[in-house]
Amino acid sequence: MQTDTPLETIEKVAIVISKGSLEGVYPGLIMANGARMEGIEADLFFTFFGLEAIRRDRYAKIKVATVGNPGMHLPTWIGAIPGFSALATSMMKRQMEKIDIPPIPEFIELVGDSGVHLYACKASVDMFGLTMDDFVPQVEDIISVGEFYERAAGGEIIFT
Amino acid sequence: MPTTLIADTPVDLDAEGFLTDPAQWNEDLARAIAADNGIPELTDRHWLVVRFMRDRYLQTGSAPSIRSLGKESGVPVKELYELFPKGPAKLAARIGGIPKPRGCI
Repeated sequence: MQTDTPLETIEKVAIVISKGSLEGVYPGLIMANGARMEGIEADLFFTFFGLEAIRRDRYAKIKVATVGNPGMHLPTWIGAIPGFSALATSMMKRQMEKIDIPPIPEFIELVGDSGVHLYACKASVDMFGLTMDDFVPQVEDIISVGEFYERAAGGEIIFT
Repeated sequence: MPTTLIADTPVDLDAEGFLTDPAQWNEDLARAIAADNGIPELTDRHWLVVRFMRDRYLQTGSAPSIRSLGKESGVPVKELYELFPKGPAKLAARIGGIPKPRGCI
């Protein structure tokens, strides 16, 4: 069980989710869950449109951005056709289910149960006129950026 | 591949301490690996998870995700992390004598 040089490890991560599209939310959730799977402490800080992922009335309805997304390889006008984003989203969700990636509401529950701490950004919450009542129960608190840095001290910060 | 002696059993381990041959595994070995990884005693709940991981790997050739572990093993995700604080899937795989899970979830 010994190696010659001990492997370097990360003990703690703080991940910022700042976007409200499907492809903007998933990477942060996967990284937070992956951290816990490795025994790494993890915080998730939702800011700006990233708040979509923890709003109880919206988190089940998050869609893929089909406009302004070069990765889709689509002309802008096709991406803008009504219903196209919903279609692309359901196709992507089906692919994700195949490789065992849960939908966002189940994923939020999974990371919460895994011991990830979820926080909403105070400036964004104030800007959108929200309160704790707007958020899913896994959200522990609304914190300022200063408090975020205090919590993140000694760990790695990842912005998505 | 260096051979290591754990609980009087010679085993082949990879660099991270996972058995490379699940057939070399036995229960005494599991207890010794658990003790070495911060779990002094394996309870029935630990065994449930370890056996589920091992059986699933032997049947399908890959270890289950934390998602299916939480849904299908009979032990919910919260409890999984209480039983194996340093990572349930990884630790249960190590104790169960199967390779490290490769999935991202």
